[in-house]
This record gives sequence, structure tokens and C-alpha cells, in this order.
Amino acid sequence: MDSQVRYSENASLHAMNPSSTPAAPLLSVHRLAFSRNDEPVFGPLDFSLDRGETLLVEGDNGSGKTTLLRVLAGMLPASDGEIRFAGATATRDNRNGRALLLGHRPGMNESLSARENLVFLAGLYGTRSGTTVASAMQRVGIAAWLDEPLNTLSAGQKKRVGLARLLLLPGEVWLLDEPYANLDRHGIELVNALIAEHCACGGAALVTSHGAVRFADPGARHVHLTT
Amino acid sequence: MVTIEPTTGNSVAMPNGARIVVPGALAACRALLGRDFVLAWRRRGELFLPLLYAVIVAALFPFALGPDPRLLQRIAGGVLLVIVVLAMLPALESMFRADLEDGTLEQWLLAPQPLALLALARVMAHWLTTVLPLIVVMPLLGALLNLPAIVLPVLLLALLLATPLLVLLGAVLSALTAGARRSGILLALMLLPLAVPVVIFAAGAIAAAQSGLPYLAPLAWLAAALVLAIVLAPLACAAALRIAVES
Repeated sequence: MDSQVRYSENASLHAMNPSSTPAAPLLSVHRLAFSRNDEPVFGPLDFSLDRGETLLVEGDNGSGKTTLLRVLAGMLPASDGEIRFAGATATRDNRNGRALLLGHRPGMNESLSARENLVFLAGLYGTRSGTTVASAMQRVGIAAWLDEPLNTLSAGQKKRVGLARLLLLPGEVWLLDEPYANLDRHGIELVNALIAEHCACGGAALVTSHGAVRFADPGARHVHLTT
Repeated sequence: MVTIEPTTGNSVAMPNGARIVVPGALAACRALLGRDFVLAWRRRGELFLPLLYAVIVAALFPFALGPDPRLLQRIAGGVLLVIVVLAMLPALESMFRADLEDGTLEQWLLAPQPLALLALARVMAHWLTTVLPLIVVMPLLGALLNLPAIVLPVLLLALLLATPLLVLLGAVLSALTAGARRSGILLALMLLPLAVPVVIFAAGAIAAAQSGLPYLAPLAWLAAALVLAIVLAPLACAAALRIAVES
């Protein structure tokens, strides 16, 4: 259960908004552990994520990457340890849409179109200033499928609708679970570009991968989960 | 836990200095209702089935019992009540099923909105799309069964109070069983003891109206139970949904 965190030189280079107090990192985790039926899944982990940073969570299949993201998102209660968002201890109800999760499941209804799904989610979360459903879909390159039911889209296109959701909703911490799955080469580059843009305007991202991916930022920090 | 805020919502500071306005509770409810209505319209064939079931059962009763107007008149109120309860039962099972499977519930949990409020909005959407049409055709079915004209308003009122109550109870059970496979029969078995008092009070009001007695007391009981359920059932529903997403 070791967790090694490698700090990179450029970790805080992207941090924008110097006027804000540099005190608390956007997300910090202290001795976070999760056990399922008394069987430890991961942890204890210690890491923190500042604005503008990307953290790559690596590990083999079954090492608890998805579980870690679900714990951070507040969908699973941590067995031990503490999660802090911008210095405040995260409880079940105070995450306030700070974290956005892109998981294995699309989080969208297949009978509805991308527009209908995104408008609904925007109604729950609000939208980023200057972003509309159409512009987000344009950015991920599938504006032409805006009004098609999702069940007529390919797996990669659905993944891109999921990316459009990240662009549209105003979450600061992106929790991306295998964001490269189902995507072609351009899609992988798109994911990397979107993460870089998000970090450049003060967000942060936690990305899981089982290792076989060309991650854009070679200086990004890693958390390695072992089984 | 649940506070209804004005639609202006509260604002959250964003990293790049901008402030993001989180939609208020009412705006979130409107978004959820709008989505569910669109979805219901896409699947309007499915919504038609309970209605068809109710019409067929009501039409078969006079044939099965014989064309005695007085007999029909006596049993019409109770028969219609049971028809509505049975017709709305199958749809309850799937209230949260699709959202759990496609991950929409995960997005509900992460949203800056109280989960109980979203559950309440879902119950409202479900009642409006699957149960309200049944109540709308009641006058027609009442005519088929020779329901006395003075009883019809009381029947409608009893249904308007009893069916939201049943949907709220059913929503809690539906959330509890959402993760289980083939939970339909389980849900029916669990709902039965909870539905019995509701049916008894509704039938009590109808019977009282039929024999010219005051019928307000059982309706008031139904209304009181409905108010209680509107407050408590969404909270129980939210807790059950969290368990469903966790597993």
C-alpha cells in the first residue's frame, strides 16, 4: 500500500490568479484510505493538488484508481483520512459542484440528445461564463451531432459529449477516469489540450490511467497505486 | 436539510476570478422536470400502457359481473380506486433504474443541489407523466361503471391525495431496490402493506360520499399523510439513492 508522490519542477508554474491567497491547495488529501468489507483497497494516501496542476493516478487494473476518484467525488465514504477542498474539510454536502467526474458511465440518458442532456446538467450545476452547450460541443468537434439521440452516437463520440460536459460545467477539479478510453489519436490530443486549458485558467485535474497513454505534460506529478 | 431558495441561487468563486452562479433549487427542479417530460414524450407508447390497462379492466367488469346497474353503482368507486393503484404499480419500479445504470445518478450526487430535492422533483415528474393521465380518464371510466355523479368529485379528490402519497412511498422503495435485478415483485410486496392504509382511507371517503355521509375526515387524513410524506420520503429516497450509487 505504498504511495509515492513525485513533485515536479513546474508544478505551480501555471498557477494563475496571484491575487488569491496561496494558502490552501485546491484539493488535499491526508492519510486517505478506503476499505471494502475490511479489505484495504488503497491508501493511506497523502497528496495535494494546486490550481493549475495535473496529477496522474497510475496503477494496474484493480489497484483502486476508480475507487479513489469515487471517494474524492464523495460517492463513497472514505474509511479513514481526510479530504479538503480549498482548505475546507469535504463532507457529503459541501462539495458544491467543485468536482466534476468523467467516469466509465456516461452520466447521460441515451434516449436524449447531447443538447438535452447538457442543458439538464447545466440546470443543476450552472455553466462556465462564456460557454454555451453549442460552443462546448463545437470545441470537442461533434457539433453536428448536437440534436441526435446519444444512442445513435459511437462510443468515442459519447466520450466527446462527456468532455463537452466538463467544458460546460463550472467545476474546478476534474476527476477523469480513463479519459483516453475509446478515443482516437485526435481525441487523445483533444483531452490533453482540454486539461491544459483547464489548468491554465486555474483548474486542476486528476487523471487515472493504467499506464498505456502518452500523457501531455511530462512534468505532471504521479500517484502510484499498487495492489 | 432541504431549503427552498429563490431561483437566483448562490454564487461560487471560480479560479479565474469569475463568479459562477449555481442554479437555485427551483431552477434545478425545473431542469429536471423538463428533462423528464421530454423523456416521457419520447416513450409515450410506454406511458399509454397503464391507461390502456385501466380502460380494459373497467370495461370488462360489467361483462364479468352482469349488467346490474345497482350492483355496479355500489362497487364502482372501490373498483376504480383499485384499478388506479394497480395500473400505477409497474411503472414505480423503474423510477430510478435507468438513471442508476447510465450514471446520471452519480451526476445528481455531485451536483451542488440537495439530493432530496432532486428526488422530490423526480417524484413529481413521475406522478405528472404516469399517474395524472389515469386520473384524467376517471370520469370516463366512472361512466362505464355507472358511478354516481355525486361520488365522482370525491373519488377524484381522494385519488389526487392518495396517488402522490403512493408514488412517494413507491419512490423510497424504488430507490432501495434500484440496484437489485428483477426487483418488480419485491417492490410490489414491500409496497402492499404501505398501500393498504392509503387505500382504506380513500375507499372510506368514497363509501361515505356514496351513502351521503360526511367524507371530509378520511380525506383530511390522506392530506395529512401526504404532507408528511412530501417532507420525509425525499430524505429517505436520497439516503437510499446514495446507497444505490455506492454499491
